[in-house]
Amino acid sequence: MKHVLAIIVENKPGVLTRVSGLFSRRGFNIENIAVGETVTPGISRMTVTVEGNERTIEQVVKQLHKLINVIKVSNLASEPTVMRELMLIKVRAETGSRSDIQQIVETFRGKVVDVSPDSMIIEVTGNDEKLEAIKLLLQHFGIKEIVRTGKVALLRGSKVTRES
Amino acid sequence: MKRKRIIKGSQMILSALEKEGVEVIFGFPGGAVLPLYDQLYDAPFNHILTRHEQAAVHAADSYARVTGKPGVVFATSGPGATNLVTGITNAYMDSVPLVLITGQVVRSLIGTDAFQEADITGITMPITKHNYLVKSIEELPTVMSEAFYIASTGRKGPVLIDVPKDIFDLEGPFQYEQKCHIHGYNPTYKGHIGQINRAVKAIRDAKKPVIFGGGGLIRSGASSVLGELAEKARIPVILSLMGLGAYPGDGELFLGMPGMHGCVTANYALTEADLIIGAGVRFDDRVTGKLDTFARQAKIIHIDIDPAEIGKNVMIDVPIVGDVRLILEELMQRLKPGNTAKWLKQIKTWQDQYPMPMGREDKVGKLRPQYVIRELSRLSDENTIVVTDVGQHQMWTAQHFVIRKPNTFITSGGLGTMGFGFPAAIGAKFAAPDSRVICITGDGGFQMNIQELATVVKNQVDLTIALINNSYLGMVRQWQEMFYDRRYSHTGLQDGPDFVNVAEAFGARALRASTEDEATEVIKQAFAMKGPVLIDFVVEKEENVYPMVAPNRAINDIIIGGDEQ
Repeated sequence: MKHVLAIIVENKPGVLTRVSGLFSRRGFNIENIAVGETVTPGISRMTVTVEGNERTIEQVVKQLHKLINVIKVSNLASEPTVMRELMLIKVRAETGSRSDIQQIVETFRGKVVDVSPDSMIIEVTGNDEKLEAIKLLLQHFGIKEIVRTGKVALLRGSKVTRES
Repeated sequence: MKRKRIIKGSQMILSALEKEGVEVIFGFPGGAVLPLYDQLYDAPFNHILTRHEQAAVHAADSYARVTGKPGVVFATSGPGATNLVTGITNAYMDSVPLVLITGQVVRSLIGTDAFQEADITGITMPITKHNYLVKSIEELPTVMSEAFYIASTGRKGPVLIDVPKDIFDLEGPFQYEQKCHIHGYNPTYKGHIGQINRAVKAIRDAKKPVIFGGGGLIRSGASSVLGELAEKARIPVILSLMGLGAYPGDGELFLGMPGMHGCVTANYALTEADLIIGAGVRFDDRVTGKLDTFARQAKIIHIDIDPAEIGKNVMIDVPIVGDVRLILEELMQRLKPGNTAKWLKQIKTWQDQYPMPMGREDKVGKLRPQYVIRELSRLSDENTIVVTDVGQHQMWTAQHFVIRKPNTFITSGGLGTMGFGFPAAIGAKFAAPDSRVICITGDGGFQMNIQELATVVKNQVDLTIALINNSYLGMVRQWQEMFYDRRYSHTGLQDGPDFVNVAEAFGARALRASTEDEATEVIKQAFAMKGPVLIDFVVEKEENVYPMVAPNRAINDIIIGGDEQ
């Protein structure tokens, strides 16, 4: 099962290495990871998607807690969350196919953010399923390049993942 | 407000060490730590120069185990720092508090593959509890106090501080706060009362309980309460290799060490028990054997300061996170006297039936290694500190040397580091100058840090090196004999050296024994001498360690041994 962990860390040098190194040496696989600052200065938040059973995840969480720079670890999979990922796709786009592409992008509430004589860059945000779906549709035109930010997530409602 | 002193980085480090009560430093100088060593030149510390950085860490590690205070190590950048790696890993695996200070190339050269540059914080991330690369003079005092705090609290462990050479010479304000607050670090000491009550009930209901204790008992100073609790509730005690000494080795309720080379009785008791009280122990694979056959009849209470240890290897019924001494005290208050007479009687029949094997009967009179260990034990007092290396002699010591007090048995448990024993014995002697120190080692492991003979001669370290010399890497040879059809691939050490000559060349005294009568005699002689003495015990070459549980077998599936062809 996939779990999404929110890891609140002190923004100290090497903290990303400490976290990712722990995953690799204990044999846990990171599926994706996103890092950024929080509302509190000096505190960052990592969102890590990791595959594993309950026991594995319990070990991951406990081991993460042992890192001195880790302040808090929450498993978001057990609660309702809003989860998003942003993807940029550079797709082959000759004059003949542009309007078809445009239509797909609109259906997915994406945006065209760059146009050149034979290609376009599309920005789209959503969950896994949505991103996979648009990818599949655009494949037909020829995808040249894809980049994804990794998932970020927040608990629904007024509840927050505390930063201290 | 107090005015802050303005001092140099190197002074800050030494002032911090002074405030932390550090007396002994183990280290080795070099280019990047020149300013630090210059400051040390007329500072009030006892700095022990080892002949290799690895030996400095092992010595500091053992010093920390014996004193309970963090061991301190200095080393230079690059090779000096990388030479520490094995020793740091060893301390990390056995939860030993260390503060290691390494020099680094000057800040402007970091990342340029400069001469003697190594990314030691990167290298040691997985083997330290925490580490620091100091980037500014302002942060140095805080880093020092955090390092000592982290190393010596919670589950103890090594902390490394990497200091660029230019920082040693920079001046900055110094104010030292020993108490520090670290946002993400808050060890739990007091046990959860609900879980403690569940544990009390489980103990009350148990018919066949055992206490299975480990190194945590020793680190937290829990041995006296452990003894009281075992006595009151009449629960027999099993100790892991790291736990030896937490309960007297000749105590009435002691069953010995369990696991791969453990006592038959200890293994049977764990298998038959209906309750295991795991106390400061991590259910390591050497103890559990094949996991799905381990203690299947038993409920398990697990007390540990590290939440990540609970449920890591075995499933736990009653988890209690916290300091094992405090938790045992809580349990002690709540427990009523127990009656386990029937269970103890069953255990007694195992003990009578399976005494610890003393080696092959036909070798009596020749020098059996087990005999050497027993004689060393018989002629030692309860304050004697026994330090071992790794291998057969280590297991024989665990089996046959009667360890009576905590912190008197020093061994490399988790990592199994050959080369640990001799430098560790040096550290132990500096930690406890009034105790006799015996280094029991093998001809393989001793050669891994044999250069420290220079250190013991220079400092006239009063210790006995009992070299169990079987001309083999004995434990590996034993496995080759048992599982690889006696193909002794590269385990023979028959070509020497002559250890008596080597020791004498360094300026140490040396004795030799080849029979059991000689052994007793030379032990007495060595114990009467001052300064370092080596005894070369030329023992039976192909003696094996028994009992033995083959890898990945159930721990009650034991090769009793002793009479093999």
